[in-house]
Amino acid sequence: MISWFSHKKHPDFWKQYLKKFKKKLPKKIETTKFVVFDTETTGLDISKDRILSIGAVTVLNNTIDIAESFEIYVNQEEFTSKSVEIHGILKEGNLQKITEAEAIEKFIHFIGNSVLIAHHAAFDVEIINAALKRLNLPKLKNKYLDTGILYKKLEGKKDNHFNLDVLCNEFNIPKHDRHTAAGDAFITAQLFFKIIAKLKTERTVYYSDLFRVSDKKGLI
Amino acid sequence: MKNTIAERILDFLKDFPPFDVLEKEQLFKIAENVKVIHLEKDNFIFKQNEKPHLNFYVVKEGAIGLYRTMDNDQILVDICDEGDLFGLRPLIQNDQYLMSAKANEESLLYAISVEILKEIIKTNDKINKFLIASFATNIKTPYANKDRQLFDYEEISDSNLSDIQTADYSKNPITCTKNTSIKEAAQIMSTKRVGSILIVENKNPIGIITDKDLRLKIATGLISIEAKVTEIMSSPVITFPINITTAEAQIAMLKHKVTHLCITKNGTPNSKLIGVLSEHDIVVLHGNNPSVLVKELKRSKNINTLKYIRNKTSNLLKSYIEQHIPITFISKIISEINDVITSKAIEFSIEEMKSEPPVKFSWLALGSQGRKEQLLITDQDNAIVFEDVPEENYKTTKDYFIKLAKKITEKLNFVGYEYCPAEMMASNPKWCLSLNEWKNQFNTWITKPTEDAVMLCTIFFDYSVIYGDKNLVHKMSESIFKSIESYEIFLNFLGRNALRNPPPLGFFRQFLVENNGEHKDQFDIKSRALMPLVDAARLIALSHNLKDNNNTITRFEEIANAEPQNKDLYLNCADSFKILLHFRTKQGIENNSSGRYVNLNKLSKSEKLKLKGCFKPIKDIQDLLNIRYNLAQMM
Repeated sequence: MISWFSHKKHPDFWKQYLKKFKKKLPKKIETTKFVVFDTETTGLDISKDRILSIGAVTVLNNTIDIAESFEIYVNQEEFTSKSVEIHGILKEGNLQKITEAEAIEKFIHFIGNSVLIAHHAAFDVEIINAALKRLNLPKLKNKYLDTGILYKKLEGKKDNHFNLDVLCNEFNIPKHDRHTAAGDAFITAQLFFKIIAKLKTERTVYYSDLFRVSDKKGLI
Repeated sequence: MKNTIAERILDFLKDFPPFDVLEKEQLFKIAENVKVIHLEKDNFIFKQNEKPHLNFYVVKEGAIGLYRTMDNDQILVDICDEGDLFGLRPLIQNDQYLMSAKANEESLLYAISVEILKEIIKTNDKINKFLIASFATNIKTPYANKDRQLFDYEEISDSNLSDIQTADYSKNPITCTKNTSIKEAAQIMSTKRVGSILIVENKNPIGIITDKDLRLKIATGLISIEAKVTEIMSSPVITFPINITTAEAQIAMLKHKVTHLCITKNGTPNSKLIGVLSEHDIVVLHGNNPSVLVKELKRSKNINTLKYIRNKTSNLLKSYIEQHIPITFISKIISEINDVITSKAIEFSIEEMKSEPPVKFSWLALGSQGRKEQLLITDQDNAIVFEDVPEENYKTTKDYFIKLAKKITEKLNFVGYEYCPAEMMASNPKWCLSLNEWKNQFNTWITKPTEDAVMLCTIFFDYSVIYGDKNLVHKMSESIFKSIESYEIFLNFLGRNALRNPPPLGFFRQFLVENNGEHKDQFDIKSRALMPLVDAARLIALSHNLKDNNNTITRFEEIANAEPQNKDLYLNCADSFKILLHFRTKQGIENNSSGRYVNLNKLSKSEKLKLKGCFKPIKDIQDLLNIRYNLAQMM
């Protein structure tokens, strides 16, 4: 495994990952494979903090297939007891843990060329990118969506920061397993469904709407 | 590996049947393979007649409406909400969906793989029983709604296994072509001794004629006997493939309101006819065979046997109710058994008397037994009518019959029919009368309709002969109708009585419960729901001179024919009555009571809706009586 670092060539899993992007992606919400994910970390500093857990579910055609879900816990030397109160992951807990390199490889394999979704996605994507960088790998190539931003567009709000708890209350999503990566990913997936459903009651929602960035009529 | 989400799903499922009987590992296997489906309002999960999916569904959030399409109308059959399971039967039986499922609001479903469930069924007997029970009871017609009792799998006996066995149909059905005349077809049916004949074209079934068609369409003179069979045949026929199960067959017969199903090579009407499956074939398949019980009864030598069979009948009733056998069928069977038990008790009693009865007599069942609606064991209500005798013999004759009646009522009491607290029994000298006395008694009630008299009429009008001379009773009936004819205002009094039953629902559509007494806060299904229908049917049947049938359902069917303009209302009343009677019987079985008082807190939402659905026809028919008998003026 260490050999990746000395070689300029990327490891096989990364090559396979890149290959998946050569295929054209479908342009419909129903046929697009989304991966909704969340990370639990030692803190919020992208450069210093580390990933403790990644949870993810796949969404295809309004369906979450539990058999296609992802939940791993990572061994980290960097550890702050501050964040333990939030995510409850102890340094020497009973959970089966793997190395960061293994975790990233598994995650990259799992997401493939899907469209990523996370709540406040920028942070989760960047913390994964930071881990990739430690492995001398480039950044994630996936398109991604942020449920926080989708919600803001839906409600026409600009500045506020909507955390997951607030949105769970608003959309009546049970807050089970909050602050576990898998639990939050599952909640975020339900949030995604409900935001899209609410948008659909107001207008026709096209796939491209999800990614429209600069246009103010768009969603992102 | 930890699977937080699967654990969360397990935690939800474990509280709902049938998942509550699974081992933890079994349920975990299910949970980690669940698909969570989000549905927007008005989206379909599946449509009627669609091929089964690989998954069945449990509602996690929201509400799913089950709809049947009938003649272009979408009829809402049931609403599934949190924890309800649907869409399983077609998967197990590899049959198409009988209903469409649509999200009535935004919903979240758990889709569960049937393959995993099938694996579990092999090792978990409890879930196996649950499934059998749910298929047997899951008969959905707009009026007879699904009920939640199907989850009571503990109660299901092994005999119900027959429900998912393949039904045994009659091979080599009797057929004719479409050019056959009705007369020829009837001749074939009578030589072959069958109750139905199929009309085939190129070996494919195109129609069916049953005894009932001959009775309704030919015997009534509507259609000439020389006409072609195509004139009267029911067409198209309902077809199924060879592997139809008993439960499916029952469902299909109820659904299509037919008594015969055609079995064809590929299950469609466009393939070769292979056999025919009748309602009778299905009844025979059920272990607790009523005809066996009746035979056993007829051979019985003492009252202990009667008691034993009466107890067995309760089991039979229970299994019928659980399987949602049509209530008209159930009441026929149970009344038949009640009647045979009573006849036997009479025979035994006569043997005990020192002499034969001095003159001809009849034993009458009154009230619910007289109407053949007595399903649960209730009180005895009976009377004797004996032939007129010369004055000097009257006392000895009457003494003989009272003594006989005492023996009979004692025996019936021993068997399990309790004494009537109001002494409305043949052992009471008031209700053991000669023909002439009865004629006078009825005439007095009719011409002097005091409240008491009208009340007694409602009980005594619903008599039926259980034993003895029918001619005697026929004379009595004729006299009663003559009295009514000459004193028609009596019907107005009867009408007023019919409207005195307390209403079932209050102004806000809430159930009205008893205010005080032993049954405080319970709903009196007998006086608030069943009696209004019984009274209305009796009154209207009397006004049309229909005297041959006392059964409320039959009465409604007959008056529906007599008054085509009110046909829908009367048939709705009959349907309501069936559901209410079924409901009361089920309550009675569950609580080991008369089933009269219903504890509303124990009912599910759908049961309450089902009950409320029955009240609309009650209100409608009471409005009709109010107008017809000018009751507002009398009151």
